[in-house]
Amino acid sequence: MQIYLPIAEVSVNAFLLLGLGGIVGVLSGMFGVGGGFLMTPLLFFIGIPPAVAVATEANQIVASSFSGVLAHLKRKTVDLRMGTVLLIGGLVGAALGVIVFNYLRSLGQVDLLVKLCYVVFLGIIGGLMFIESWNAIRKSKTSGGRPTRRKHTWLHNLPFKMKFRVSGLYISVIPPLIVGVLVGILAAIMGVGGGFIMVPAMIYLLGMPTKVVVGTSLFQIIFVTAFTTMLHATTNFTVDIVLAVLLLVGGVIGAQIGTRIGVKMKAEQLRIWLAVMVLVVCFKLGLDLLIEPIELYSLGEGGH
Amino acid sequence: MLRLLSLLLLLALPAQAEEEIILGLSQNEIDITATFVGSEILLFGAIRRDAPVPEGNLGIIVTVAGPEIPVTVRRKERRFGIWVNVDDVEIAAAPSFYAVASSADLSKVLRPSEDLINRITIPQVVRHVGTNVLDSQSFARALMRIRAENDQYQLLEGAVAISRDTLFQTRIQMPANLTEGFYVAKIFLTRDGNVVDEYETSIPVKKVGMERWLYNLAHENAFLYGLMSLAIAIAAGWSASAVFGLFRR
Repeated sequence: MQIYLPIAEVSVNAFLLLGLGGIVGVLSGMFGVGGGFLMTPLLFFIGIPPAVAVATEANQIVASSFSGVLAHLKRKTVDLRMGTVLLIGGLVGAALGVIVFNYLRSLGQVDLLVKLCYVVFLGIIGGLMFIESWNAIRKSKTSGGRPTRRKHTWLHNLPFKMKFRVSGLYISVIPPLIVGVLVGILAAIMGVGGGFIMVPAMIYLLGMPTKVVVGTSLFQIIFVTAFTTMLHATTNFTVDIVLAVLLLVGGVIGAQIGTRIGVKMKAEQLRIWLAVMVLVVCFKLGLDLLIEPIELYSLGEGGH
Repeated sequence: MLRLLSLLLLLALPAQAEEEIILGLSQNEIDITATFVGSEILLFGAIRRDAPVPEGNLGIIVTVAGPEIPVTVRRKERRFGIWVNVDDVEIAAAPSFYAVASSADLSKVLRPSEDLINRITIPQVVRHVGTNVLDSQSFARALMRIRAENDQYQLLEGAVAISRDTLFQTRIQMPANLTEGFYVAKIFLTRDGNVVDEYETSIPVKKVGMERWLYNLAHENAFLYGLMSLAIAIAAGWSASAVFGLFRR
C-alpha cells in the first residue's frame, strides 16, 4: 500500500516502513540503542530527503525508547539516578554539539565530517567491544564464568561521590557527567540519540552492569531525542508525522520483542552482537567513502 | 542575434491563425491525497481551420512543466583516498517535472532554431549559469540524466496520436513525487518543423485533505506540531508496552 508523506513529499510503501520500524525496534530494545544510526541511512536509501529522515527519526526514537524503558522499568533494570546525571551532561553536550555543528556547516563539507565521525567512532567502539566480549566469552567457557573483580583506579578517588544502588556503584558524579557531555556533543553532530556510544561508555568507563545499562541508556535517549525533535520541528519544519507514525508503530512493537529477547541473552552475547552490528554499519559507510560511486553527481536544494 | 532570428522567422511565417489549437484536459487539477500514487493526465484537442488544409508536414508537440526550482548539482572527486563533494554548480532554474510528447521524432517535427526560440526540448528548459567550474555543461547533463531516471523528465517521441489531420491526443504519466504548484501544459502545432500555433494552460497540483492540514500545521504552528508528534510517540510507546504487558499475564 502506497502512502504519500505530506512533509517529505514522496510516496512510499507503508508496509516497507512498518517492517523497517519493526526490525530497528527489535535491535533497539535488545541493545538499548535508539537505532538512529541504522534507520537514518535506510531512510536515505528508500528516497526520503535527508533533512526529513534525520528529524523524523528523532521522533520515532522517542517512541521506541519510551516503549523499551517501560519494559525495563518493570524489571527494575533502569538506574534512574545514573540516568538523570547522564541526562544533565547529555543536554549540555547537545547544546554544545549544535554550536559545533553550525560552525562546521559554515565551513562546508559537514556531510563528509558526519560520515567520517560515524566511521571512526563506530569502528573504534565496535572493534574494542568485539575483542573484549570475545575474550569474555572464551574466559567464561574455560573458567566457569566468574567475572573478574573491577580494579580500583583513580576514577574512584574523585570527589562528589554518589550511591547508584541499582548499578551497585559508589562513584563520583564527575565521570558520568563528562560521559554525558561527550556523548551529547557527538549525538548532536551525528544526528542520533547516541545509544551506541553511551552503552559501551557506561559498561567500560563507568563499570555499570550490562543488564542495567540498556534501560538507563534508553531512559536518557528519550529526553535527548525529544529535545532534538522539537528543535527540528520548530526551526526546519522537517518532522513528517505520517512517516513517524508508520515507523513507530513497527518500532514500539519491535522494541517490546527486543527487550524480551535481550533479557534472555547472556551479557557477553548481547555485547558481541551489538559489536558486530556496529562494525557492519561502519564497514558499509567506510566502503561508500572508498569505492568510486556509480553516479558522481548528486542533486541538492538550490541556494547556498 | 536570437531576437533578430525570431523576428525574421515571425516575418517569414505565413499569416497567423490559419490553424488554431483547441484543447481539452481529462482533469483540471491534480489533488495529492494520502494515497496518491501519481496521476495520468489525458490531453486531447483539435486543430481548427478557417481555410483549406495548408501545405507542409503536420506535427504536434505537447509539453508539461512543473514549477521551476533552483538546484545545486554536486560532483564527487577522490581526495586523500575518499570520495568527497568537490565542485558544485547552481542551476538557476530547472522544472521539477518536465515531459515532452510529440507526434513523430522531434527531429522531424521541430527545427532546432524553433526549439531555441520556444524552449521546447529538455536541454532548452534547464538553464544553467557559468560558475567557477569549466565544464558546467556536464553538470546540467547530470541533472537531466538523474531526473530522467526518476521519470521526472520524460521524452515521449511519437506519443501524440493524430487522427485525420485534425484530432490529437496524448497521455502523460505524472510520478508520485510531485512538487506542489502550477504545472504548465503547452501544445505546439508545427508545419515542416516551424511552430504555427501555440496553446498554453495550467494545471494546479496541490495537497488536499489531511495532507494539506498537516503541512499547514507543520509550517504555521510548528511548536504545536512538534508537541503533537511527541505526544503520539509517547502514546504509541506506552500503548505497545501496555498491550505486551497484558500478553505476559
